[in-house]
Amino acid sequence: MTSQDIRAVGRAPRRATSGLDSARGYISEQDWRRPTVNATVKTLHVVLLVLLVIVGVGPMLLLAKYAITPTQDIIRTPLAIFPNGIRWENVAEAWNDVQISRYFLNTIWLAAGSWFVQLLVATTGGYVLSVLRPAWGKVVNGLVIATLFVPSVVLLVPLYLTIINPPLVGTSLINNFFAVWLPSGASAFNVVLMTRFFDSLPREVFEAAEIDGAGPFRLFWSVVLPMSKPILGVVSVFASIASWKDFLWPMLVLKNPDLQPLSVRLPAIQAQTDLGVFLAALAISTLIPVVFFLIFQRLFLSGAGLGGAVKG
Amino acid sequence: MSTLSAPPSGAVARVGSAQPRTGNRNGRRRGVLTWVRGGGLSTLIFALPLLIVFGVFSWWPIVRSVVMSFQKTNLVAPPRWVGWDNFHYVLTDPDLPTAIRNTLYFALLALVIGFPIPLVTAVLISSVRRLKGVYTVLAYLPVVVPPVVAVLLWKFFYDGSPGGVFNTILGYVGLGPYQWLSDHALVMPSLVLEATWAAAGGTVIIYLAALIGVPGELYDAAEVDGAGIWQKLWHVTLPHLRGVLYITFILQIIATAQVFLEPFLFTGGGPANRTLTVLLMIYNYAFGRSLGGDYGAATALSLMLAAFLALLSIVYFKLTSRWSTS
Repeated sequence: MTSQDIRAVGRAPRRATSGLDSARGYISEQDWRRPTVNATVKTLHVVLLVLLVIVGVGPMLLLAKYAITPTQDIIRTPLAIFPNGIRWENVAEAWNDVQISRYFLNTIWLAAGSWFVQLLVATTGGYVLSVLRPAWGKVVNGLVIATLFVPSVVLLVPLYLTIINPPLVGTSLINNFFAVWLPSGASAFNVVLMTRFFDSLPREVFEAAEIDGAGPFRLFWSVVLPMSKPILGVVSVFASIASWKDFLWPMLVLKNPDLQPLSVRLPAIQAQTDLGVFLAALAISTLIPVVFFLIFQRLFLSGAGLGGAVKG
Repeated sequence: MSTLSAPPSGAVARVGSAQPRTGNRNGRRRGVLTWVRGGGLSTLIFALPLLIVFGVFSWWPIVRSVVMSFQKTNLVAPPRWVGWDNFHYVLTDPDLPTAIRNTLYFALLALVIGFPIPLVTAVLISSVRRLKGVYTVLAYLPVVVPPVVAVLLWKFFYDGSPGGVFNTILGYVGLGPYQWLSDHALVMPSLVLEATWAAAGGTVIIYLAALIGVPGELYDAAEVDGAGIWQKLWHVTLPHLRGVLYITFILQIIATAQVFLEPFLFTGGGPANRTLTVLLMIYNYAFGRSLGGDYGAATALSLMLAAFLALLSIVYFKLTSRWSTS
């Protein structure tokens, strides 16, 4: 590879949705060379960085500090840095005595199940709508897209009554994880994303697989899914984050405290929990999503940009 | 093998094979067989997860909400048709004007505070040349915090005593202490401030993606015409963001019209109904402790809210498309 090649690769347009790179902005090289512009813009950038650190990281740093600060110090001097030492017991008490460990496990279990149902519905549904295309596909597609325009509040009460008395099951799904898992699959957003991605796959590959004797199941499992890893990643991130954030619906259908996720339990335990221990519990609940985000930044940010593109 | 062929011929082939429903038993059996051989059965199997999940947990509940709004349902006796009673009951509820006023106030404040901040942030970040990723990650970080944790944390920050976190900080410059969540005038701005903190990062990312789509040649052309930075921003950047701005604007209004988590967890609608929102009313009709169980009223109000938002969006898109073309 010549040096010219390398520069060409470096300049190659990356995925625009990542939001991290731009070719040419509203400030030109000439503008940058002017001292006043250079100084003003750079000052603005520093101010912005300081503000972003204070606003974006500040609350989380405070929370991390409170998680290991004695309650007395949190109340008396909320901004002092460990005036009377560190109290690691906050975290241990939150994890064991307040049973955050159990609610943590519930949260992960709920997220895993929702992730599976959402991925199952979106991949098989997208496969039917984009690749198999039966005659009735257009009607189904229209009905799926129509639900995008119905605010979720309309579903709240009738969905709750459906969970109390579901068809064919014969018993109430209240206090059953399926009451959270199954409705999460009815996400038109996922289906639309998946269908659009499948639409962009080259048809020649499908035809080649067909000539090689692949049936619809084989085509789905061995050709379409392996080609769709990027979109599977995006939908997976969406699904697990949405489930981690969910509050109202799990609160309504999981009435047994032993089954509730963190988001539902945290407000409930606030009143009878020591402040330091409670803030430690909040810190534990924040840790996983933040670590996840820092590891899979690109996936998160491209997903967020994509979200805007599809909504638009 | 028509399953995998290009869409038009595949569709035609399957319509043909699914057609022969009439005729004697023999003919019908042959029809089913060709349907299975043509891939109709496997297509149906693939469609089952979507059909079942959407059917039971989306399409049917949507239809049912319309039915239920005209019924009295209490889970014990069979539902009874009551005509427009539920709508009449909701529309004459003395709390409704308060809830509508509060929701509009929340939406307005969220626009005033929350609409310019992500735009300015994104435009500034887009001109950063080093460590742009750090800026982006910092801006998005609050979005990752679970909303319930964010509200509970901010509730602690908003502590009204002089030793509360925000009151301590403002105390350094001689302000306060403020009763963030119990002062009638302060409570709504406090809620909006937290909501903006929690949501702004997502909008920043959308704007950043749109900013990359502005063609560089336009900036070059503007410079040839002697445009400065402000003129480039005003005549090139902003017009290019117009489409995205139109959409984030209406999406934000639709989202704030359904605000629930903040008033529910911060204040429960108080003090003195100052943060009672439409969604909180719907929740109270259906699941509230003292009221509760009035599913008819809850569905009637949620349908009216949905109809209002749909109407608003239609009018909005008509208007914005006229502005775009003129």
